[in-house]
Amino acid sequence: MKTYYNPEDLKKFGKIGEFQKELADKFFSYYGEVFKEGALTEREKSLIALAVSHAIQCPYCIDAYSVDTLEKGCDEEEMMEAVHVAAAIRGGASLVHGVQMMNKVKEVSM
Amino acid sequence: MSTATKSLKKQNHVFSDIDHQLKVLHHGIKDQNLDSFSSKLSETNLFPLIPTNLDIFQINMGKMCNQVCSHCHVDAGPDRKEIMSKETLQLCLDAIAKSEIKTVDLTGGAPEMNPHFRWFVEEAYKLDCKVIVRCNLTIIVANKKYFDLPEFYKENEVEIVSSLPHYSSKKTDSQRGDGVFDRSIRALKMLNEVGYGMEGTGLTLNLVYNPSGAFLPPSQAGLEKQFKRKLKKDFDVEFNSLFAITNIPISRYLDYLVASENFEGYMEKLVNAYNPVAAEGVMCRNTISVGWDGYLYDCDFNQMLELKVAVSDKKRQHVKDFDSQTLMDRKIIVNEHCFGCTAGSGSSCGGEIT
Repeated sequence: MKTYYNPEDLKKFGKIGEFQKELADKFFSYYGEVFKEGALTEREKSLIALAVSHAIQCPYCIDAYSVDTLEKGCDEEEMMEAVHVAAAIRGGASLVHGVQMMNKVKEVSM
Repeated sequence: MSTATKSLKKQNHVFSDIDHQLKVLHHGIKDQNLDSFSSKLSETNLFPLIPTNLDIFQINMGKMCNQVCSHCHVDAGPDRKEIMSKETLQLCLDAIAKSEIKTVDLTGGAPEMNPHFRWFVEEAYKLDCKVIVRCNLTIIVANKKYFDLPEFYKENEVEIVSSLPHYSSKKTDSQRGDGVFDRSIRALKMLNEVGYGMEGTGLTLNLVYNPSGAFLPPSQAGLEKQFKRKLKKDFDVEFNSLFAITNIPISRYLDYLVASENFEGYMEKLVNAYNPVAAEGVMCRNTISVGWDGYLYDCDFNQMLELKVAVSDKKRQHVKDFDSQTLMDRKIIVNEHCFGCTAGSGSSCGGEIT
C-alpha cells in the first residue's frame, strides 16, 4: 500500500543534499551542533526533541527520538511526561484563545 | 522483551543451532549491503586483529543458572547441566600459575552454582590474583547455602560485577524475569552491609547496564549518575561504577531481534556506529576465555559460537596445553557479532572502551 510516509525514507534524510548540497551541509552541521552537550545535556535535548516531534506530529521525528531518548538513558515515564508537555502546550494554545472568544462574546453581548 | 523458563537448547529452538546463528548474522550484513566486520577492521588497519597482552583469564564455570534472562548470550538456565569439573579448574590454576596473568574473571551461568566455586576462588586468591565474580545477585538470596556469599567474597577480596539493567523493577524484570529486581535489591543490600560498594572499604561492587531492547546503551558516565541517585534515594543502595554494555546479537538476544523484526535495523545501527578507537581496545586483545570443558576462546561470545582460538597446534586450544606465547601469536577470530563491541563508545565486560 502506498502512503505518504515511508519509515525507510528516514534513512535517506541525509540525501537531501543531492538537490541542494550547500544548504543541506549547513543544516546538518547546525543540527549536529544543536544536539551536542551544552548548557543543556544531550539527554535533556533529546527529551525536548521528543516533545517537539509530537507537537509538530512528525512521524519520522517520533521514530527517531523515541529510540534516541532510550539511548540517552531515559525511561518510558520520562518520555510520556515529555509528550504530555507537548500536549499541554498544544491544548493550552487552543484554550488560551478562549479568552479571545470571551472578549468577542462580551463585546457583542448586552 | 519477555522471559522464557527454558533455554533455547531445551526447547530445541532453531537459534540453539550455532550454524544457523552464523548464517543469520552473515545475511544480516550481506543482504543489507553493509560492510563486514573484517572489512571494517581492514579499512582501519586493524585486520587481522591480534592480541596486545594476556592480562585477563576469564573462565566460564558452567551454563547452569538460576535465571533465564531474555538477552542471555550463554543460553544459560536451570536446565543447562554443563559445569566445569574440578580437574579442569585445576588445569586453569596451573595455567594461571605459569603465566603473567593477575586477573581471573569468573562468569557463567551463575558461577556460584559450580560445586567447586569456593575452592577455586580461594586457590586463585592464594596465587595472588585479583578475582572478579560476575554475580547475578539473585543467587545470593536463592537458597540459604548462598546467604553467606557476601562474607565469602569479602574474605577473598573478590570484585563483584553484577547485572542490573535498570533502576526500575519493570525494565529489569522484563529482561531478567519476574521478581528479579526485588531479589537483586535484597542482595545488593546484603553486599552493602558487609562493605561492598561503600566508600573507604576497598570492596568493589560494580553494576552492569545493558539495554532492555533493540537499542544502544547511553553514555556510561551520565547513566552512572542517574543509577547512583535513584538507587540511593529509592532503596538506600550504593555501588562503585556502572558499566554500560551493548547487547551482542547472538543466542537469545539474536532470537529476540529476529522475532521482534528489529534484527536488520539493529545490525545497521551497529555497523554505522563502528568506532575504530573502540575496535583498537576490544577486550579479546588482552583476555583469554575458557569454556566449561577447558577449551580456549578469544572471548565469551566466540565461546558461545564455538569458535575456538585459531592456533596452529590444535592441542594448544585446550587449557591443559596452555601456552601464553602460542596464544599471543594467534589471530583473533572475528565475525559479524563483533560489531557489538565496537559500536559507539565500545563495549567490554568492563563497560565502555573509549
